[in-house]
Parts: sequence; structure tokens; C-alpha cells
Amino acid sequence: MTIEARFQTVRGDFSLDIDLKIPSSGVTSLFGPSGCGKTSLIRAIAGLEQHSGGYLKVGTSIWQDNDYFLPPHRRPLGYVFQESSLFEHLNVRRNLEYGVKRINRKDRHVALDNAIDLLEIGDLLTRMPANLSGGERQRVAIARALAVSPQLLLLDEPLAAVDVSRKQEIIPYIESLHRELDIPMIHVSHLPEEVARLADRLVLMESGRVTAAGDVHELFTRLDLALAQGAGAASIIEAVVAAHDTKYQLTCMAFGGGQITMAGIDLPVGTAARLRLAARDVSLTLEHQSGTSILNIFPAIVDGIARSSDAQVMVRLMAANVPLLASITRKSADELQLEPGKPVFVQIKSIALLP
Amino acid sequence: MLNEADIIALVITLKLAFISTLILLLLGTPLAWWLARTRWKFKFIPEAIVALPLVLPPTVLGFYLLLVLGPNGPLGGLVEAAGGRPLAFTFTGLVIGSIIYSMPFVVQPLQDAFNAVGQRPLEVAATLRASPLDRFFTVAVPLARPGFFTAAVLGFAHTIGEFGVVLMIGGNIPGETRVASIAIYDHVEGLQYAHAHWLSAALLVLSFLMLVAVYGLNRRFRLVQQ
Repeated sequence: MTIEARFQTVRGDFSLDIDLKIPSSGVTSLFGPSGCGKTSLIRAIAGLEQHSGGYLKVGTSIWQDNDYFLPPHRRPLGYVFQESSLFEHLNVRRNLEYGVKRINRKDRHVALDNAIDLLEIGDLLTRMPANLSGGERQRVAIARALAVSPQLLLLDEPLAAVDVSRKQEIIPYIESLHRELDIPMIHVSHLPEEVARLADRLVLMESGRVTAAGDVHELFTRLDLALAQGAGAASIIEAVVAAHDTKYQLTCMAFGGGQITMAGIDLPVGTAARLRLAARDVSLTLEHQSGTSILNIFPAIVDGIARSSDAQVMVRLMAANVPLLASITRKSADELQLEPGKPVFVQIKSIALLP
Repeated sequence: MLNEADIIALVITLKLAFISTLILLLLGTPLAWWLARTRWKFKFIPEAIVALPLVLPPTVLGFYLLLVLGPNGPLGGLVEAAGGRPLAFTFTGLVIGSIIYSMPFVVQPLQDAFNAVGQRPLEVAATLRASPLDRFFTVAVPLARPGFFTAAVLGFAHTIGEFGVVLMIGGNIPGETRVASIAIYDHVEGLQYAHAHWLSAALLVLSFLMLVAVYGLNRRFRLVQQ
């Protein structure tokens, strides 16, 4: 199943010029600064904004084409809005039931109870929205969108109105949707952390256009894109908990390029986890160092080098098939005579589990 | 004390206010909804027309209504041709006059209430499979409920307070078109101050109670807005 979207609109100083084909499985994040058109695009997909002349096909069904426009209430989707959007005149249970009541019994693939359990809102059912915290409201909104058994779940900055500590509370729920329900999701965000945590695929947007689209690991490390420039540059690594070292409180994670030892994490062996490796925490050597305090050293091949400032360069590396970034001084790069294809050893000073 | 004629006048007043308010809510709701939602750039014109009775002397409104509803007027003539009585000097004529006269007091609170509901809850309902009509009845109307209450009470109270329009098109027929405000005027003209007192006090208390209800149940309400 794929989603094909073509929208071309100019309204005053806002323009949207999209021609996008995305596989509709997993999580696709529309990522870009505010005003880049990502929210317009997701709203156009939902049918909340009508761009004449647009084309939208989801799987095998056409949602928009020329004069044809499937109204939003006939589109089999779920939508989570930026700010809390609960119906203030209905309690939590009746909010949840609002959509369920309006779909055919045969289309109810996600049981309401299942959505309630998944978002852990069973205790809130009789409360009115006004008496819920921001995080609770957004969990109810997500459960409500899920309960209509959508073929596509759209999330428009679902965490924007939630304070930082509550974000950590909600992200795991969104992740679990991803794992347990297999509903394709399109997610809008302007926060790299959020995207790093959730996205399988990225669509980068700027001024109403798509600047790049593809695999999240790939795009985070592409030297020609803004994500791999600046102080926050990092690579995302898919890893599996391989073993725990209880003596030293360390955890060994296996990934495509070898093994990484990190501070002990509380996840059972075999659990998949995403790691974030900041480019500034990576250093490079030509030979395998011994007698060092650094635990994580593994071979990689230089894939590309880009100057990020007068003093610094960003090096893209491939550890087997895993792309990584290293931010080093231009002087070091010259002294090591780095160039694409050159084998090096990657040394990792610290690595974090994506929160 | 209130004599029988005064009580009849009060009953007619309440009946007029009740019927007018009911019709006003039925007509005013779709109008207010449309005004709240339309992006038509000339929507200020219907808005100005709805607000006109706020500034127009009631006698002016009554005069034109008299022309339109009378036997030679377009509407009165039509009704007469269809075998009915001309509308001027009838209770039906009063209802028509009241509807126009009290229109802004119903439409504006409803329009404000629909505006306050905003676009978002309706969009949410759309993504939860609710059709436009469904969204209107299950989301917009319940969320705008304070506005409906305000509109109903104000429409009712304002119709009770009507004088100029009634004077022009009502004809002061006891038992049919003589409302309380006209009866008070008659009592004063006839120097029957005691009767005028009783009837005035009745209207004063009634109006006060209705406004107390509006302000009490709808704390943020302001009669004069924008």
C-alpha cells in the first residue's frame, strides 16, 4: 500500500508544491520548520483543507482527483490534533465512543477496550475533559482516533501542546501503536528528537516543498541536509539488547555494525531499541587503539566529508550498513588524510538510548 | 390589582413573546450558523440588515411593516388574495413584526456562540466520521448551548418590551393585539395610574428575572458586544 499525494496551491505568500509517493506502512514523519507546509499537507490528506486540482490516492482508493473530493468524514482515517481537541461537553467515555458509533460494525478492527488499555486511560472514563491533565487529554485523543479503526493515522504535532515531562509520557504510547497495531502513521513534527524516536521514514519540507524523503537513518546522516549540520547532528542506530553485564552495570547492544556497550538499561535481552549517537561524541583513529578507556571501538569506512565550519568537518561513515556521523576538527581530518573509501576505527565516547 | 383586561393583555404579551421566540430560534439558528461560518466577503451586508432594528426607531419599522402587511401591501395583499385577512392589525401581523424587531437579539448571541465554538471541534468530528449535519447537531449546538439560552431569553424579553412596532401595526384590539406595553400607555393616557403601576411592576419583575437568569447562567455575557 502506498500513498500518492500531489498538491499545488498558491495562496498569497503561501505555496504548496507537493508530489510525493510514500509507502504507507510504519511511521512517516513530515519534518520541517513552522510554515513549511507540513501541517497543510497532513490537513490536505485528511480532507480538512481542500486544494483544488490535487490528487490523493491511499492504497487502492482515490480520495481526491480533479473534481472528485472525498469529504473528510468519509475517509477511513484517524486524526490527532496538535492541541487537545476533546469535546468539552462529553465525558471521556462518550468522547471515545463518538467515532466508534459512526462506523460500521464490520469495520471495527480496533476494539475500544483495546485502545483504552493501550493508552492506559481506563481510570479516566467518567471524567470530563476539563478535569484532565494535558498528557491525559492527548492520550484520550489518541485512543479516540484509534477507536475508529483507521486505515491511516495522522498525527499533527501531537506533543506540541504537552509540556516536556509529559512528552516522555506519551511517546511510548505512540510507539506501542506502531508496534502493536500495524496502522500506518503520518506524523508532523518540527522537533528532531521526536522524529528520531518515532520515524521510520522522513519527508523533509521547506517553503511548501519536499526537499528530501527517505529512510530516517539515511536522512539524518546525509551531509547535504540540514539535519546533519550543526551542533545537534546525530545518527540513529537500530539495536537489540544482547546481554547485560551485572558486575559493571553495563548493557551490550548488537547493531548492524557490531556491538555497543553502554550504561546499563532496564530492558530484557532481545528487546529492540533505538540509540542516538551524537556526532560530537564520535572520534576517529586509523589504527585500533589499545590501552584506552573507550569501550566502543569498531571499524567503519569513510563515506563522505563536509565542512561544517571553518574549524570543523562532518564525516559520514558506514559501519557495515549503518550510517554514522562524526564531527571532528578540520585539522584532524587533514592529518588522518580522510577521504571517501578510507577504512577507519570509530571510537564512541557516549551513546544514549532514545528517551 | 390587575383587572381582567390587563391579565388578557399580559397573556397576549407572553403568547406573542413565546411564539416569536420559537420562530426566531428556528430562523435565527441557520442564519447565525451561516453568518458565523461563511467566508463571503459581503457578509457584513446581511449582518447590517439583521442589526438594523437595533438602531431604527420602532415607529419607522412599524410604518414600513404597515405598508407591507396592509391590504394594499405586497404581503398583506397576497394573504388577502389567498382568502385570509390582511396581516396588519392581527396577532399574526404582530408576530411578524416581533420577529423582525427582535431578530438581532437572537441572531447575535447565536452567532457569537457559534464563533466561540470555532472550527476545531467540527474538524475533529469530521475526522470521527460525522457528516456536516451530524456535526452541527452533536457538536456545534451542544457547545453553543449558553448562546441558545441567551438568545431565547433576550428574544423573549425584547418582544415583551416592544411598543412602537406594536403601536403602528397592532391596532390595540383588546383580546387580540393589545399587549401589556400598550395597555400601560392606555392607562396613563386615561390617568389610571394604579393600573399602570400594577402592569408596569409585573413587566419590571419579569424582565429583571429573565436578565438575572441570563447573567447568572452565562457569566461572561455582555448585552452590548463587539
